[in-house]
Amino acid sequence: MMQERQPGFDTLAIHAGARPDPATGARVTPIYQTTSYVFDNTEHAAALFNLETFGNIYSRIMNPTAAVLEERLAALEGGTAALATASGHGAQNLIFHTLMEPGAEFIAARQLYGGSINQFSYSFAKCGWTVKWADTEDPESFRAQVTDKTRAIFIESIANPGGVVSDIEAIAKVAKEAGVPLIVDNTLATPYLVRPAEHGADIIVHSLTKFLGGHGNSVGGALVDCGTFDWMASGKYPTMSEPLESYHGITMAETFGNFAFAIAARVLALRDLGPAIAPMNAFLILTGIETLPLRMQRHCENALAVAQWLEAHEKVAWVNYAGLASSRFSGLAEKYCPKGAGAVFTFGLEGGFEAGVKLVESVELFSHLANIGDTRSLIIHPASTTHRQLSDDQRAAAGAGDDVVRLSIGLEDKDDIIADLDQALASF
Amino acid sequence: MTPEMSGGRQETYSDREIREILDSVRTIAVVGASPKPSRPSYFVSKYLMAKGYDVIPVNPGHGGKDIAGARVFESLAQIDRPVDMVDIFRSADAAYGITQQAIAIGAKVVWMQLGVRDEEAAALAEAAGLKVVMNRCPKIEYGRLSGEIGWTGVNSRVLSSRRPGMGATGGQQRTLGPKR
Repeated sequence: MMQERQPGFDTLAIHAGARPDPATGARVTPIYQTTSYVFDNTEHAAALFNLETFGNIYSRIMNPTAAVLEERLAALEGGTAALATASGHGAQNLIFHTLMEPGAEFIAARQLYGGSINQFSYSFAKCGWTVKWADTEDPESFRAQVTDKTRAIFIESIANPGGVVSDIEAIAKVAKEAGVPLIVDNTLATPYLVRPAEHGADIIVHSLTKFLGGHGNSVGGALVDCGTFDWMASGKYPTMSEPLESYHGITMAETFGNFAFAIAARVLALRDLGPAIAPMNAFLILTGIETLPLRMQRHCENALAVAQWLEAHEKVAWVNYAGLASSRFSGLAEKYCPKGAGAVFTFGLEGGFEAGVKLVESVELFSHLANIGDTRSLIIHPASTTHRQLSDDQRAAAGAGDDVVRLSIGLEDKDDIIADLDQALASF
Repeated sequence: MTPEMSGGRQETYSDREIREILDSVRTIAVVGASPKPSRPSYFVSKYLMAKGYDVIPVNPGHGGKDIAGARVFESLAQIDRPVDMVDIFRSADAAYGITQQAIAIGAKVVWMQLGVRDEEAAALAEAAGLKVVMNRCPKIEYGRLSGEIGWTGVNSRVLSSRRPGMGATGGQQRTLGPKR
């Protein structure tokens, strides 16, 4: 038996999915800015529409630039396949559209990005999908919500607005016992820091807008199929295990094996719901991913330095960064993200809501905006922005109370980042 | 479950081994080929035909009919030309008997589909000088090694700085490229 060398993460970040263009020899993945692709002949067209062969039809469903991004993400996460989308929310739509029927339930951690809490609470309710909430710090709280209608469990590996590391293995055990897939949003960690598939995740979701793209220039999302869930054996997911009328009776799980979920999400959910990623965005995100390992190292290094500095500042009440020795998540951080706890975290000001508002209005280097995972350092007051639409209780549960300030630490010199916070904190 | 995770002997094949097999065979008998276009065995047969292989469907219930334009034989023994590779699209309990027939007709490769493995059959074939692949799909392997499978976001696990081969029939066909 021949043993092949397994390429390392940094090599995959540059090469996975990207061979030279066969038509031109272009070494960098071209931006295939086209809506459609000519068929070789009618028989070839029919084979493509019937899913009998691999190939391109229409850029709402597939695009060669996006395909390189997809394969690279699958490789970095250790999954079997991936599907890129217009945004992280788009990817979540596709995942649940593939898993759920009207009347079905899923369980989600309360500690989520505020936009996901909104999407799950309100938009999904219109589809007849009910979210039940659990506490990511207490894996048993997920078990308590399991019913015969449960179809998935959803968590974030490192939760936004930051500081919380989920015990993925413990929650994966609950999902396995319930016979449902575990979906992990790995946006804040990226696969450089956390590889959820190695801890029991079945499906991974990303906002590529954040650290993966990394430069604040493109919105995008993706789902990764880990190839671990047995859809045929389960029988709870008719989209996966029953013959499909719109494809002449083929059965996804039987035909596409361990990458069937990604295919179903593409040829059914993406086909019908439509949140396709733009080729230009896929290109910019791919370029960003090539430097992901280097950027994440520096993001984490800078974030730890800033968190330590804030922790010692008299106007700062608390700092919630899992990379700090004082964090109650430091044990989980050591287990799941030993290379660093990411670069998004929160802290509280002694002066509460008013002080938070003054701080974001006094910074000069930090940008006051709603994104995270940029080369630039970013600041926001979640209670008045990203988590504004939530109730007081939801805000508190999500770690976005009135006194909370969220930082996304960039790649500037760390002394300049600290100096900016220093002058801003001195201004009130 | 990925093939790597399923364990067992001879289930990790290098890309080079798989490529050598797909480069060397021309005639492939697909035992268990279905005439129904919705079945995986039909997809695989049709895909391999499009790649230029001489695919011979074998199915005792459909002898003399045709599947995707190819005449169906009732058994391997009845096939009227030399067979390079036998692709077993049947449950694992049929694999041993089919392997015996594959050896008898002089096939050079026994290939068992995804989910099909029989170590005794594999040992028998190897002892007779045949190459054996278990628990893999030739369409997926061809798609991986040519790069076509990446068009649907599937992880080919192939890294290469060489230009992929293009098919003669049109832009949307790739090949395994020149033999290495």
